[in-house]
Amino acid sequence: MYQFNVYRIGPEIKLGEIDISFTNASLFMVISSIAIIIIFNLGSKKNSLIPGRLQLISELSYSFVSKMISDTAGSKAKPYFSFIFSLFMFVLFCNMFGMIPYSFTVTSHIIVTFVLAAFIFIGVTIIGFVKHGFGYLKLFVPSGVPFVLLPLIVVIEIISYLSRPISLSVRLFANMMAGHTMMKVFGGFVVSLGIIGGWLPLSFSVALTGLEILVAFLQAYVFAILTCIYLNDALNLHH
Amino acid sequence: MHIRLLIKSLILNSVLIHAVQSAESGGMPQLNPEFWISQIFWLIISFGSLLIVLSKIILPKISSNLESRKSQIIDNIETAEKQREQAEKKINEFEKIILESKIKAKTLINESRQKIIENINKKKGILESQINDEIEIAEKEISDLKKKAPEKINIIAIETSADLLKEVIGVEVNKSSVSAIVEDLSKKNKEKYYGV
Repeated sequence: MYQFNVYRIGPEIKLGEIDISFTNASLFMVISSIAIIIIFNLGSKKNSLIPGRLQLISELSYSFVSKMISDTAGSKAKPYFSFIFSLFMFVLFCNMFGMIPYSFTVTSHIIVTFVLAAFIFIGVTIIGFVKHGFGYLKLFVPSGVPFVLLPLIVVIEIISYLSRPISLSVRLFANMMAGHTMMKVFGGFVVSLGIIGGWLPLSFSVALTGLEILVAFLQAYVFAILTCIYLNDALNLHH
Repeated sequence: MHIRLLIKSLILNSVLIHAVQSAESGGMPQLNPEFWISQIFWLIISFGSLLIVLSKIILPKISSNLESRKSQIIDNIETAEKQREQAEKKINEFEKIILESKIKAKTLINESRQKIIENINKKKGILESQINDEIEIAEKEISDLKKKAPEKINIIAIETSADLLKEVIGVEVNKSSVSAIVEDLSKKNKEKYYGV
């Protein structure tokens, strides 16, 4: 599991007693952010009627995310567009940079995904209470449920609500980690089976790379769309 | 949906517990809390700056670009629509002009045809009257000639018969008696000679 190791780059930085040294994980977070900023900055620099490649990329992703938000959370979610766009792009770029050999996958660490998910969870809960007051608690009481079943349903709903940050973070983390581990396992087979038998796991490894790129996109999308769904629950109380 | 999520999270939690157990045996670097704070710190720094730059600078630019393109396209469509209307107007005018000129041409053709027909008729009348005149003159001459012909024939007959008699008999015959006989004969045989 060497590929998931976090190690310090440069000197040890301490904020009081806390160690906040720059690590390889930090490096790839910063690289992803800078790459996003560079690409979208170049893409939005020129405003030509017929867009170039980068402009097309930035405008397509803009309309992709804005359509995703308006489809799942409605027009009320417009103020949160830039957050969801940044979130989607950050997770996507971290996933994709992780696909480069010898690089580090930021999102394969539970602490990173959990912090993101917890931030989303807390933010959504605050938005829900601000918009609806204590009426937001109606989220746990679905309409049309028999009175007898209500205590059970409410308990299940509360548990499912509280498990949102865990499921959201673990989904992304486990997907990224499992994919990279699997590729490492097949890569190990290539070495151990040698020149005669190594071709089969090698071809598997190539196919898995394609699959992993798909998963990298898909998990970023799922992360963003679940955020939209939670936001939708907070903005438009349906139950 | 929520129940499914719950089940999924429970399964994943059990996976996580398993992972924790394996991490205790030195398996997963993810569960080593040595750099957790550092990761959180740098995540906040990088994601926060990304969020600020995107939301304050880049995303407004992209949205204004999209808006301006939209408005430009709408403007272009509007001008195209206007031009199309103008073109249609022009086509209508053009067709009107063509129709008018067609009507004019028809009336011109009709007028000139009538004129030509009148002209032809006039000339025909004049020609016919001339022909009639000439026919009348010719008929008169013919009838004159017809009237004069028996007399001349009679004279010729008288002279030839007198000469004939002179040659045959050798006697000079009195012309008046010959003429009397010839006249008598011609009267008798008028039908036979002239068909009158």
